[in-house]
Amino acid sequence: MDFAIFLVQCLNAVQYGLLLFLVASGLTLIFGILGVINLAHGSFYMIGAYLAYALAPWVAAHLGGGFFTALAIGLMLSVAFGYLLEWGFVSYLYERDHLQQVLMTYGLILVFEELRSILVGDDVHGVAPPAWLAGSVPLGHVMTYPVYRLFMSGVCVAVALGLYAIIARTRLGMAIRAGATNREMAQSLGVDIRLLYRIVFAAGVTLAVFAGMIAAPVSSVYPGMGNQVLIISFVVVVIGGIGSIRGALLASLLVGFADTFGKVFIPQTAGILVYVLMAAILLWRPEGLFRTG
Amino acid sequence: MTVRRSALARVTLAAALCVVAVGAGAQSRIRIGFMLPYTGTYAALGTAIENGFRLYVQEKGGKLGGRELEYFKVDDESEPSKAVDNINKLIKRDNVDVVVGTVHSGVVMAMAKVAKDTNTLLVIPNAGARAVTGPMCAPNIFRSSFSNWQPGYAMGKVAGERGAKKVATITWKYAAGDESVEGFKDGLKASGGEVVKELTLPFPNVEFQALLTEIAATKPDAVYAFFAGGGAVKFVKDYAAAGLNRTIPLYGPGFLTDGTLEAQGAAAQGMLTTLHYADGLDLPKDKAFRADYSKAYKTNPDVYAVQGYDAAQMLDAGFTAVKGDVARRKELVAAIESAHIDSPRGMFTLSKSHDPVQDIYLRKVIGNENRVEGVAVKALADPSPGCRM
Amino acid sequence: MTPTHAITARVWPLGVALVALAVFPHVGGKFYIDLVLTTMILAIFALSLELLVGRTGLVSFGHAAFFGIAAYATALLAPNAAAPSLAWLLPAVVIVTALAALAIGALSLRTRGIYFIMVTLAFAQMAYFVFHDMPFAGGSDGRYLYAKPVLAIGGFTLLDLDKPRTFYYAVLGCLCAVYALLALVGRSRFGHALAGISANEQRMRAAGFSTYPYKLAAFTLAGGLAGVAGFLHAIKDGFVNPEILAWHQSGAVLLMLILGGIGTLRGPVLGAFLFVLLKELFQSEALFGAFARHWQLPLGLTIIACVAMMPNGVIGLPTQWRRAHAPVPHAG
Repeated sequence: MDFAIFLVQCLNAVQYGLLLFLVASGLTLIFGILGVINLAHGSFYMIGAYLAYALAPWVAAHLGGGFFTALAIGLMLSVAFGYLLEWGFVSYLYERDHLQQVLMTYGLILVFEELRSILVGDDVHGVAPPAWLAGSVPLGHVMTYPVYRLFMSGVCVAVALGLYAIIARTRLGMAIRAGATNREMAQSLGVDIRLLYRIVFAAGVTLAVFAGMIAAPVSSVYPGMGNQVLIISFVVVVIGGIGSIRGALLASLLVGFADTFGKVFIPQTAGILVYVLMAAILLWRPEGLFRTG
Repeated sequence: MTVRRSALARVTLAAALCVVAVGAGAQSRIRIGFMLPYTGTYAALGTAIENGFRLYVQEKGGKLGGRELEYFKVDDESEPSKAVDNINKLIKRDNVDVVVGTVHSGVVMAMAKVAKDTNTLLVIPNAGARAVTGPMCAPNIFRSSFSNWQPGYAMGKVAGERGAKKVATITWKYAAGDESVEGFKDGLKASGGEVVKELTLPFPNVEFQALLTEIAATKPDAVYAFFAGGGAVKFVKDYAAAGLNRTIPLYGPGFLTDGTLEAQGAAAQGMLTTLHYADGLDLPKDKAFRADYSKAYKTNPDVYAVQGYDAAQMLDAGFTAVKGDVARRKELVAAIESAHIDSPRGMFTLSKSHDPVQDIYLRKVIGNENRVEGVAVKALADPSPGCRM
Repeated sequence: MTPTHAITARVWPLGVALVALAVFPHVGGKFYIDLVLTTMILAIFALSLELLVGRTGLVSFGHAAFFGIAAYATALLAPNAAAPSLAWLLPAVVIVTALAALAIGALSLRTRGIYFIMVTLAFAQMAYFVFHDMPFAGGSDGRYLYAKPVLAIGGFTLLDLDKPRTFYYAVLGCLCAVYALLALVGRSRFGHALAGISANEQRMRAAGFSTYPYKLAAFTLAGGLAGVAGFLHAIKDGFVNPEILAWHQSGAVLLMLILGGIGTLRGPVLGAFLFVLLKELFQSEALFGAFARHWQLPLGLTIIACVAMMPNGVIGLPTQWRRAHAPVPHAG
């Protein structure tokens, strides 16, 4: 493998890892701060992709907007959706043990999949990226790299920085960190835990939906797309340490590299590699790379 | 709790008696069992197959072989681990005379075994796994679709004829992918080329970037790819986005561009693929089929609908020969074996291993259609290694 | 010690159930016999997990790995042509599976709580991909089992598992044996130690108990018993496929446990029956017509409702009902 190709593979790995980070960050927030195992997180990703597909023609017809307008509307919808879902369903999960949470959210996956089938159908769809991002930059003589993928990576990095800024530098972030460390103490100090949890859950959902929406132009929209991303995001969250955004970022990049280079060098083991990585890291540090609390 | 459990036995007994009673009373209708994906990734295909089947029956006035039909359905969920239980529902609970299914090769492997063991008539309206007409072949198992090898072979011949000497292949690592690539290799060798790199990734992984970079590094004359559904959409788009389609032509079996063109858009334009069906076939049967299907189901038919339609045709040929008496299995089978099926795809017959012997068309993507360019290979039969019938 | 009438209250339903299952092949239709057969195999699988989740408090999300490893071992070890002998095939499969459980358990048990859940999932996914991607096992399309085992002594065939009736009673026998074994384990010192670990592991360790070997032993035993279920499944279907190791199956067996009721042995068996019944119900066209193709929706809602409202499963319903309607104690 020559150096130019190696660099391109690194670019591929980083881009895949950053997209994973977007999904995993929402999961680690929900997991770490609310203490809820949410198997339906992959469904939010799928909902985002289908939203991108469904909103595009509606937005074009009624609002004259394009991809970004659809994105904005999708984000507003998902915040509302996350809020309602927490209020109506997830808030009942806090008192329950992990097994019950796993099973109830597993039931939720089935419900979302079937609702999607009833409302939008089972066909495969594509979403067009905005025209100004649809080009490619040349890399060497044969290959080009799609501009949209670079855009995606840029957006993921921006989101990562934004998350860091919010959690480390704002009062909300402080309340979140306090709630993660010791819920009762935070409550007795006047933090409205119920509201906080609602906000965090809505944020987690929105991150996953956002990931689905911006990934839709490259990943296309099809039934079952949530399942694939779900397991991998759990692996990322566990490797990184539950509740740690930093950990999620590092772990996503690790997984991105393992998957990309694994595929190229040892194709038979490509599927296993990620899990071997997780098992190895957990045996070395049983609570992930960066534990919280 | 106990009351529930012995109640379960009693309810089950009652239900069993009901089924027997119903079965006894409805002797005059042939029982058709659909085992198709009604949920999951392949749900759209399952629906198309059933629609095509029912369209043919409707054309024949609601009868096949002069007898009325009764339908039973089981959702196979594209889940091989439940396949045996699911097909047993049709065979043992509903006592069907024929099983029609399915899409997923893993599921069809289990179905073929049960069909062979219970000597149930099975018509496969899609899954192209060579094993079911290879080592698992049986007189009661038929296919109305294709074998994974056929479109690959045709594409290989075309690729070689168009001057490709070194070709890279890429597919998912599963039987359908392996068999498709094998067909391509055979066809390519027959016209003077060779496959220099075989790339695979685990099914149903769709992160292609790493392997696209590998392809660019290999600099082949052409690339042959086998993917279907969501994977096909993503691959074709990724291939174009990586700029590879400007210098390295992408070939594939029709599944790469069937049912996916709306999603693939500009990325697929001009692509050549091979399949036993195409748009723009100048056949009166196809034109009539398309008009009827659109009217009945408010959507355009695809290759899956054609395969479902032809499954019904094949059964009709058999049932008619025995005047609806499905118990005369040997004659029924012989009739299907010697049938000439007037399909929307063109006329086809069945090989010794019960796969269609059919023309494979070369198609080009123009707009939202896979327009026929010509016939890549005429009357192609899969050699079906391993079948002893 | 439970009073005698409480023991009898538990024993006679089991007796009735046993008789019902034993008599069923003579009265039920072919399909329903198959359904009960599948359910009994799932019941064995659920019972094996009960040892881990219910008795020891270790929630494993990767139990399908042992089911699948055993099924594949059966298909791979059995020769293509002749019928293999049950005498060596069953022990071989169970030993192979138990060894896998020993290896996976030794590594997984170094983690706790949610991390343990995730690590067991990871190992199950690894096993899944081994069978899915490596060519020796037939890949994603699976592999056939051509000849079903027999138990023969000298030239005399005692048990030919190719015969449906024999196979049914063999499975029923295995179910009873596994049930009895787990009941014995529950009453033994080993079982009490596990219960102690489940209740409060720290206290056990403070009392001088080294908990790791006990947990590992429970994990290995649970894996081996799941192996029995996998072995029977491979024989029943004559076909193995990597999907039996998918995480959905690990989730399904946890669901059976919670539906039936964790903490008892009747629970998993009942849960297996309920799970199969629910699926049949929702997929039934007779009841739901065209909507039956969307069966995942009512199933998902039922799962949520059951877990939410019956956290102790169906077995725990009488206790739950009694507590809800208990007379409120008066003060003073």
